[in-house]
Amino acid sequence: MRAAVLVFPGSNCDHDALDAAYRLTGTPPREIWHRWSDLGGVAVVILPGGFSYGDYLRSGAIARFSPVMDAVALHANSGGFVLGICNGFQVLTEAALLPGVLIRNANLRFVCREVCLRVERNDTAFTHRYRRGQVIRLPIAHNEGNFYLPEPELDELEARGQVVFRYCDEHGNVTRAANPNGSARNIAGIISRDGNVLGMMPHPERRTEALLGGEDGTGIFLSLDDHTRGR
Amino acid sequence: MKATIHVTLKRGVLDPQGKAILASLSHLEIDGITDVRVGKFLEITLKDMAEEEARRRLDEACRRLLANTVIEEYRIRIEGGGGAR
Repeated sequence: MRAAVLVFPGSNCDHDALDAAYRLTGTPPREIWHRWSDLGGVAVVILPGGFSYGDYLRSGAIARFSPVMDAVALHANSGGFVLGICNGFQVLTEAALLPGVLIRNANLRFVCREVCLRVERNDTAFTHRYRRGQVIRLPIAHNEGNFYLPEPELDELEARGQVVFRYCDEHGNVTRAANPNGSARNIAGIISRDGNVLGMMPHPERRTEALLGGEDGTGIFLSLDDHTRGR
Repeated sequence: MKATIHVTLKRGVLDPQGKAILASLSHLEIDGITDVRVGKFLEITLKDMAEEEARRRLDEACRRLLANTVIEEYRIRIEGGGGAR
């Protein structure tokens, strides 16, 4: 799997993403500085977590205008795979490559803990290594992770099957108590209509080694690797 | 020329900051305040130009960057438009 990890000023999860992609797929990914305009013909582009531009104005609002984002949009519109994690998800919504917006956590706290997620779909390029309904554990660390869309658009999103991960309890029940940030309908991750762009607030790249807490995040990287074999 | 822009949350969007501030105000025992919603205020300086042109450019700035129109709306006020001053 030939992948690129974008680095914006303020990105801080790029090294974890690079490390996870390399260890799990065997192909060293490229690091792409936000001012570069050439992605190098990769199959997968990863937008990592962090505080790009200090979250000034709104999280991801300024990063979305970085020169590299034109190439990312072209890549996405040509069917290339894009994975946005945490701040990366925020950048993708600001860039309208994914619908919705991530607003301030409802409890006004920066939440930094492990959460349970229910895998709603395993028929995507990002999740086929999981079982549908599987409960996985990934860490979150964010202040603006509250996914919002007006109700009618939420209904459309659901109807089109664009919700991929939902916050749940350890048994897979989607409850209010299991929702760490007030996200509409406990939405933790969504996919684009064409199925090639995925955004999620939790950090899969932080759960790819048993020594460091678990391996539930490996499925995303391995799924993408399967889908892009030879690309 | 100068302009000011207010960026505010759309009605119906949850504003936990506003609610937290409202709670604090009631703890201060300042009575009679029933709601608070928090927005952004921007002070913009532009080169002198026709007011209509300034408004058009600021509207574009709001739509593309300054406001996220999924959750926010904006109000532009131009102070002293027209030709050179």
